[in-house]
Amino acid sequence: MIHKFKLKGHNIALDVESGAVHLVDDICFDLLGELENGLPGEDCPQGIKDKLSQYGAAELDEAYGELYRLCSAGLLFSEGDYEKYAGTLIASPIKSLCLNVAHDCNLRCQYCFASTGDFEGARSLMSLETGKKAIDFLIEKSGGRKNLETDFFGGEPLMNFALVKELVAYAREKEARTGKRFRFTISTNGLLLNDEIIDFINKEMSNVVLSIDGRKTVNDRMRGRIDKSGSYDSIVPKFKKLVQKRGGKEYYVRGTFTRRNLDFTEDVKHLHDLGFDRISVEPVVSEGEEYSITEGDIPEICAEYEKLMDFVLEADKSGKPFTFFHFMIDLNSGPCVIKRLKGCGCGNEYVAVTPEGDIYPCHQFVGAREWKMGNLNDKSFDSGKKREFAGNNIYSKPECLKCWAKYYCSGGCAANSARYCQSLKKPYKISCELEKKRLECAIVLAAEKAGPKEV
Amino acid sequence: MSHVITLNSATLRESAEKGGCGECQASCQSACKTSCTVGNQVCENEKN
Repeated sequence: MIHKFKLKGHNIALDVESGAVHLVDDICFDLLGELENGLPGEDCPQGIKDKLSQYGAAELDEAYGELYRLCSAGLLFSEGDYEKYAGTLIASPIKSLCLNVAHDCNLRCQYCFASTGDFEGARSLMSLETGKKAIDFLIEKSGGRKNLETDFFGGEPLMNFALVKELVAYAREKEARTGKRFRFTISTNGLLLNDEIIDFINKEMSNVVLSIDGRKTVNDRMRGRIDKSGSYDSIVPKFKKLVQKRGGKEYYVRGTFTRRNLDFTEDVKHLHDLGFDRISVEPVVSEGEEYSITEGDIPEICAEYEKLMDFVLEADKSGKPFTFFHFMIDLNSGPCVIKRLKGCGCGNEYVAVTPEGDIYPCHQFVGAREWKMGNLNDKSFDSGKKREFAGNNIYSKPECLKCWAKYYCSGGCAANSARYCQSLKKPYKISCELEKKRLECAIVLAAEKAGPKEV
Repeated sequence: MSHVITLNSATLRESAEKGGCGECQASCQSACKTSCTVGNQVCENEKN
């Protein structure tokens, strides 16, 4: 299978199974348009020459010959034989934990998938006892894995900062005894940041996600406090300070865009103007609200991603480069294809734990009781559910198998599929279309960085 | 005259040979938390 597209003056052909990316000229692009099932032989068929009579026969023969050589080298219309690896995912240890240390929040963001922090349950904070059990659970279930990850999440995790500190110390002590390596991350709305917390985060957290939607009006309209006042003026100076003191360690300012700001490139520009150079802005997870993204919005959002791609290039040229999370792609390495079969690993390698000790496949499933996998206090754990998620890979999703983007999104978000498609095996169309557009932009950016676009 | 510039080789197929160590980060832990992009993660296989 190949995927070919034109964008920003490039003709691009991606060979899906090998991962090879080619810049082709117009003749090859048009030839590929006639060769959807591959090349029938060494010589260009006369029927195709007749159809593409705007080109000379010799020229077509030459271009066809080049495509044929790529096929022979396994770089075009190549076959994938990765299904044999899908079975190896079943026995994966659990290595990542999303720790919902606070089911409470000091903001009332309108689009919050956690129902403004309480996940449709009682507002609560995780106890030290439950937190320690979660760390112990992760170590116990991690088998031979060395790298373990714990994300402090909520609600707003800084509402339970004392616990965050204690659990980091607890896990660090365990590191020495078990040989495991903990990597901590935290996602915060920033309201409670102060010098002490900033220094702690910058010392202990390998990544920090700072939630802000962009322009003040956009941010404050969705991300209001309990008294409905905005959060922008309070968080921006704190985020700036944290990043200035971070010493180059990884961070992201991360926003959500909704139907109300489909011109989200302006929000990315604003965050860039504020001095941030690692930015992620994502579509809202929502259906049926006035601000929800609909299938009808897809063309406008795709056009906006192209604007954003242009802005990435503009910023590069102006000497103020920045990273947009979803345009990052490393064509020469990146994750192995085995990782790409299984995606985020939710419910199999990755689980979320609530303040009550309930275990869910991931943070997005929290509160959906039918997906609960167990509880740390009664030591229950549903291995059957884990197996169900382990079997959730691109080979279990018929629509994904036919899709050119399958090795980049790996079948998409399981929680979206469960919530909006009532099945883990059906991808969520809006996410798919946006992901494909982001990937096309990412490939074009990689092509621009690689050098000349003329072939 | 060349009609094609190849930006990268068969990196996916090559990655299968040494892949599958399982040490890399869960993608949702990196920055998104809502939408899956796996292709932008970093390989952490110490043998590579």
